[in-house]
Amino acid sequence: MTALFIILCIILVGIVLVQIARVVELIAQVKGEREVMRESSWWNAQLSLLFLVVFLGAVFVSSYYYKNELLGYGPHAAASAHGGAIDSMFNVTLFFTGIVFVITHIALFWFAYKYRWREDRKASFIAHDNRLEVIWTAVPAVVMTLLVVRGLDAWDTIMSDVKPDEDYIEIEAIGQQFNWIIRYPGPDGKLGARDYRLTTATNQVGQDFRDRKNWDDIIVGQELYLPVNKKVRVRIIAKDVLHNFYLPQFRVKMDAVPGMPTYFVFTPIKTTSEYRNELRKYPEYHKPYDPADPQGPKRWEKFEYELACAELCGKGHYSMKRILRVVSQEEFDAWYKQQESYYMTQIRGKDEDPNKGKILDIDPPAEKSQETAPAKTETTSL
Amino acid sequence: MTKVDVESLDTLEEKLTKEMGYDDHFHEHHHGDKYQSNFLTTYIFSTDHKIIGRQFLITGIFWAMMGAMMSLVFRMQLGFPEADLAWLKPILGKWIQVNDAGIGKLDPEFYYALVTIHGTVLVFFVLTAGLSGTFSNLLIPLQVGARDMASPLLNAFSYWFFFLASVVMFLSLFLSTGPFSGGWTAYPPLSALPQASEGSGAGMTMWIVSMALFIVSALLGGINYVTTVLNLRTKGMNLWRMPLTIWAFFITAIIGVLSFPVLLSGVLLLMFDRSMGTSFYLSEIVVGGQILDRIGGSPVLYQHLFWFLGHPEVYIIILPAMGIVSEVLSVHARKPIFGYRAMVLSILAIAFLSFIVWAHHMFMAGVNPFISKFFVVFTLIIAVPSAVKVFNWISTVYGSNFRFNSASLFALGFVSLFISGGLTGIFLGNSAIDVQLHDTYFVVAHFHIVMGVAAFFGMFAGIYHWFPKMFGRFMNETLGKIHFWGTMIGAYAVFWPMHYTGMAGVPRRYYDGGASFDAFRHFTELNQFITVAAIIVFFLQVVFAVNFFYSIFNGRKLTNKNPWGANTLEWTTPINPGHGNWPDKIPAVQRWAYDYGKGGQEYVPQYVPLREGEHDHGH
Repeated sequence: MTALFIILCIILVGIVLVQIARVVELIAQVKGEREVMRESSWWNAQLSLLFLVVFLGAVFVSSYYYKNELLGYGPHAAASAHGGAIDSMFNVTLFFTGIVFVITHIALFWFAYKYRWREDRKASFIAHDNRLEVIWTAVPAVVMTLLVVRGLDAWDTIMSDVKPDEDYIEIEAIGQQFNWIIRYPGPDGKLGARDYRLTTATNQVGQDFRDRKNWDDIIVGQELYLPVNKKVRVRIIAKDVLHNFYLPQFRVKMDAVPGMPTYFVFTPIKTTSEYRNELRKYPEYHKPYDPADPQGPKRWEKFEYELACAELCGKGHYSMKRILRVVSQEEFDAWYKQQESYYMTQIRGKDEDPNKGKILDIDPPAEKSQETAPAKTETTSL
Repeated sequence: MTKVDVESLDTLEEKLTKEMGYDDHFHEHHHGDKYQSNFLTTYIFSTDHKIIGRQFLITGIFWAMMGAMMSLVFRMQLGFPEADLAWLKPILGKWIQVNDAGIGKLDPEFYYALVTIHGTVLVFFVLTAGLSGTFSNLLIPLQVGARDMASPLLNAFSYWFFFLASVVMFLSLFLSTGPFSGGWTAYPPLSALPQASEGSGAGMTMWIVSMALFIVSALLGGINYVTTVLNLRTKGMNLWRMPLTIWAFFITAIIGVLSFPVLLSGVLLLMFDRSMGTSFYLSEIVVGGQILDRIGGSPVLYQHLFWFLGHPEVYIIILPAMGIVSEVLSVHARKPIFGYRAMVLSILAIAFLSFIVWAHHMFMAGVNPFISKFFVVFTLIIAVPSAVKVFNWISTVYGSNFRFNSASLFALGFVSLFISGGLTGIFLGNSAIDVQLHDTYFVVAHFHIVMGVAAFFGMFAGIYHWFPKMFGRFMNETLGKIHFWGTMIGAYAVFWPMHYTGMAGVPRRYYDGGASFDAFRHFTELNQFITVAAIIVFFLQVVFAVNFFYSIFNGRKLTNKNPWGANTLEWTTPINPGHGNWPDKIPAVQRWAYDYGKGGQEYVPQYVPLREGEHDHGH
């Protein structure tokens, strides 16, 4: 009934509009073409000016209102070592483009207003001006050169891989429909070999357990931890379709491509609790986390770094969320120690184990394998 | 412009054409038009470029309305995810899931299908076929002084291949597995593996077939446009006397002819991967627990092939709009376009650069970061010719006698949108900033403003300006102005706020708009605002459509053949030009197209000979 009513209203408004338009047209014929042009010219020139003022006003007011969403402002300063370069590059670009935006818009609408049609006005015959053309070719060229040089400089630092003698940890992120599997190298610091053909229901990653580097590899649960101020190299790969490893606060984004491992190197510089304290300074983070529970924890208290997917991967694309905790080195070590080797807890001794019945040539963390395994990757097949 | 002037100019034109016009003995075999003798051959299977142009336009309007309605459905999902959509069940059927409480929700798979088809039809069917197809067909023969296209038959085929492509795409909406849902870029492996997504089954097959037909259409059209511009110009119409519209259509056609075949090869290889077991794009895949024996391909290869068309494609969309805006601005400013040569050279520069920037869509796709650097450099260089064009448009308005009407307003609006959207391209083209902004709403805001809405504004400017030529009647100015001001404010209201969500990092193509992420979910009000604005803008386009179809039959009739006082040749044809455009000789061209306000005369059409010692500014 309401739908019908709305449709009727819309049709009615349409009919009214068409009738008004027809009436205006009839009046125009009575008034004569000149008079109509004079009026239309005056009205639309005023509207242009009004639009200019309202538009620029709205742009400034809204960007002030949303300033805390801008890169590098407010709480959203990058939480990684390289992120600052991105934020400052963004703001340098914003500075130059902002100037151009305001000047060109004022010129465009002001000229349209000022030189609106009048019966007695003669348009000036200005066909070209080579000096002006040179100026407004050269100035953008210089600005672009500046932006390119700065941008590529930042790009080099962002994209540079780890050097062999550097101290870093390497983890692996494997994207699949619709979640991430995160693998840590375990005590040996090295990720074991994998082959996609070895993938089974229990061996989701396709680890090759004949490779001893795999014996201590860890597959973590819902939450992953990283130590602050330590370089991380994320090896990124996908099992089925394209995904994208996206950590918004760290300015990290890289496609996960089946068959072609990619990587991203970054250094977290703010722990989760430091970031929460940053957020605490801003009133919008003092709102309740859950609007249904106004007495509950505030937004800043519940803040977590999140891992998302940023490349369309199917109907569950929007739900590939994981929590990332950045903690001090000590906390990280404590957490890391608790994690269990996937091989030892899930595979060892079962039919699938290629080393079944053999004695492994390492000090097996035997006491660990007795404990119940918390680490288990959930697989969602939607 | 007084009436006497018009009449004296008309007489002058007749006299000049009789004396100096190009005589192709057209009138001698004009008795009875054997190609257009009945309704079917005149309006449906016509080979007349003017009819074909109108066919492209009306098919484009159909798809624009379809695409807009799709966007309203997914905007409802983003703005009002709690809203009950059960009332859409009669139309969308099983794609609306009604739960026990009777609340209807949009199916996520169908959300992605809507986003995908919205993108595909707007980019290809509306802004390529509907814009370039319409105006290249209508204006190239009329403005260069030709009887028709070089090959009218191929031209008709061009439309009918587009029509077939439309039919296939439309039918794919009715598949039980739904239309393709992997994004308009159709990246494999998602698009290659039916196991990975419902839409990648029959929907994707039909998508590929539709694309292949569309590419055939684009190539037939493009070859025709290039040939016509090069071979069929009338006497005196050398390249530097061509209106900027023709320059834009000409260069656009060249870009299309060079880049569309690459897309065709890209989607054909995809078809092989889908149905013949090849591995061009597939390697080491485990999907749904099944281990595929495809090794050695690369999904990135597809992205290279796709964007080798995909990036020139955005210039295929925007260059015709730029040409139309240059012409419309100049005519209604009563002033020559500022820096004609610079405008032509910047079109050429943009066209050249458009072929060497494609990988800026792929900075985060895993391509070598070193290679990316070249694409950063070339991408930011494009800002220079683009800036030149903007400054020239603004200078055209400076010192003018600016007539405000629907056409010139949309041209002004185009310049504003092109500035706003172009500037955000400088952020995205810089790979370092793109790390954060890639695939966020910032990108959505950027390309919708710069090539979506801006190209639409160019199209509207062209429709309001050349409607009298197409149908011998005017569109209603009052409705036109309501359409303009509403759309101008509304389009910014829809897309400007997306910059903020994008800067906050909200990824695009999220069914729930990021509601499950703490970092992305605090934009509820903004998303509602955008949705409401989108609904209002949609109804303003309905006003346009009503105005368009109403005016075809009931609009105010033209009383003289050059209502805007324009210089170009299309306004020398009769009010309702027949097949062959000019009843007798074709006028000869004596000067460039932009002598407005020269020597105290309001306008000097192109057929008027240069006075002694007068300088022709095109040269």
